[in-house]
Amino acid sequence: MPELRQFICVVCPVGCIIDATVEDGQLLEAHGQACKRGIAYVHEELTCPRRMLTTTVRVIGGSLPLVPVRSSEALPKDLLLQVATRLREVVLEAPVTEHQMVIEDVFGTGVDIITSREMPCARETG
Amino acid sequence: MNRLSCDVLVIGSGPAGLAAAYEARRHGAARVTVIERNDDLGGILPQCIHNGFGLRVFKSDLTGPEYASRWIERARNVGVEFLPKTMVLEIDDGPSAVAVGDRMGLLRVDARALVLAMGCRERPRGALAIPGTRPAGVYTAGTAQRLVNIEGYVPGSRLVILGSGDIGMIMARRLTIEGAQVAAMVEILPYISGLRRNLVQCVRDYDIPLQLCTTVTEILGSERVEAVITSKVDGNRHPLPGTHQEVRCDTLLLSVGLIPENELSRAAGVAIDPLTGGPYVDERYATNVPGVYAAGNVVQVYDLVDDATESALRAGRFAAELARRGPRDFARAIPVLPGSNVRHVVPQRLHPDSLTDGAVQLQLRVREPVEEAVEAQVKDGDDLLATRRLRYVRPSEMVTVELDPALAHAVERAEALRVDIVH
Repeated sequence: MPELRQFICVVCPVGCIIDATVEDGQLLEAHGQACKRGIAYVHEELTCPRRMLTTTVRVIGGSLPLVPVRSSEALPKDLLLQVATRLREVVLEAPVTEHQMVIEDVFGTGVDIITSREMPCARETG
Repeated sequence: MNRLSCDVLVIGSGPAGLAAAYEARRHGAARVTVIERNDDLGGILPQCIHNGFGLRVFKSDLTGPEYASRWIERARNVGVEFLPKTMVLEIDDGPSAVAVGDRMGLLRVDARALVLAMGCRERPRGALAIPGTRPAGVYTAGTAQRLVNIEGYVPGSRLVILGSGDIGMIMARRLTIEGAQVAAMVEILPYISGLRRNLVQCVRDYDIPLQLCTTVTEILGSERVEAVITSKVDGNRHPLPGTHQEVRCDTLLLSVGLIPENELSRAAGVAIDPLTGGPYVDERYATNVPGVYAAGNVVQVYDLVDDATESALRAGRFAAELARRGPRDFARAIPVLPGSNVRHVVPQRLHPDSLTDGAVQLQLRVREPVEEAVEAQVKDGDDLLATRRLRYVRPSEMVTVELDPALAHAVERAEALRVDIVH
C-alpha cells in the first residue's frame, strides 16, 4: 500500500515541505519541492539519511583551547554521535591550518573530518 | 590623543563590516579602516561552527569560521586595514570616532564616511520578567555557544531551552553532541521562530522534546538552577492555570530574540526605527546623520548571513561613493511604510531619482505566518506599482520585493509607498 509522508527539506534555508507518496521504501511521487534537490533529499531520507557533522577538538598550545572541525561531506545520520564521541579523544597540536586532516575516512565511510579554521600558536606572554 | 584619518571607517569586523570594507575599497575608497573590539576578526562567525553559511554568496555550504576566513582574506587582498582590540567609544560629526585600543591608546579617527556594523545582541533574562530566584545557570543561547565552541566549557548537563530561535535550536543539537541532555525546548508561539530546516536537523534528528504554546513561568534554585516551571499559554500568551509542570534541570538557555546594537548610533544622533530596532535608512543604507551608513544586523536582524553580507556590500559601495564624490543631491525622499501583515520594511525611505541608477530591493518581515499563496504588493495610494507572488510567508523568513528602474517615473509621482501582504 502506498503511504503519504511529509518531509521538510534541509538542503537550503527555504525548508520546502514535501508531500511524498512512498511504497516499500521507494519514492513514487513528490509535491511541494521548489527544486529538484528536494527529490534527491527525500530519496536519501528513505534510503540512508545523511547529515553534516560540525563539532570541536582540543588543541594544545593554540591561541584558543579548541579548533572547530567538520565532516568533508554528509555522514550517515546514525553515525553522528559515534563520530562525535570519537572526536572527543582527539587532541591536535598548534599550529593548526584550515582544512587540516583530523581523521581520514572516519569509520570506513569515505568521509574525512577536517578542521574548519586555523589555530596559530599561543602568543608568548611576557 | 593619537590621530588617524581614512576615507571609510567601518565599526565592527563581523560579516557586515568585512563586506562593507571590502566593497568600499573595490569602489575606490583609498583608505578603508575596520575597528574591531575583539582580538579575533569575524564577529559572531568564529563561534558559529555549524554549516549553512554562504550558500548564495559563495555557492558553497560553509561553516561560520570558513565564511569569516574567506571574507577576511578578500578584505586583506584589497588592502583593508584592521585595528583589532580597539573599541569605539563615541561617534562625532565629521564623521569621526573616538576609540581606545591596546596598541594606540586613545585615538581619534577622522573619516569621510563611516559604516555602522556592530551587529546585534541577544535579548537577556531581564527583558522577559520571569519570576523566581537568581541562581547561576541561566545563559543566553549565544553565550552558551561561545562557552562550548570557543572556550571549551559545556555549561550544564541537563538543560531547558526557552525559545526556538535558530541559535537555540543549533545549541540543542550542539549540547546533545557534547553529551548533555536537553530536557525540553519550549516556545510561547504556536510555531517555531527559527528556520524549519533547523527543526529537522537540530531538534527532530536529536529527539529534543519541543513544546509549542508553552513558556517558562518560574526559575527554581538557590545557588544553581534546580528546575523550571513551564506552563501552557492561551492565544494571548497568558499562562493557563493548572497546566504548570516542574522540569528538573541545571541550566536554562534563552533563545528569545536578537536586538540590533545601536548604543553608539543613538548617542551620535542616528534616528532609530522602533519597528526594526535599527537606524532609519534610505536605499543606500545612509542614516539621517551625514556620512554615516549602516550595514547588516545593525539595520535589522537578518535570518541569513548571506542577506547581511549583501546589504553590507551595498552600504560599503555608497559609503565609498560619498567619500570620493561628496554628498549627492536628490530631489526628495519618500517614506516606505509597512501595511497589512507587514511588521517592518527596509529601507524606510527612498529617493525616487536613485531608481534610475538601478533596482532597489525592499526587505520586509511579516507579522503573522500564512501557509498559502499570497502576494506582496507595493502601492502608492491605490496604485499598484510592484508585486511579488509568494508560496507562503513566515515571520522567521525575510521577504524581498524588487523595485525595477522602469518604475522610476511612477515612484517620482508618489507621496509614499506602502507594502501589503494580500491573500
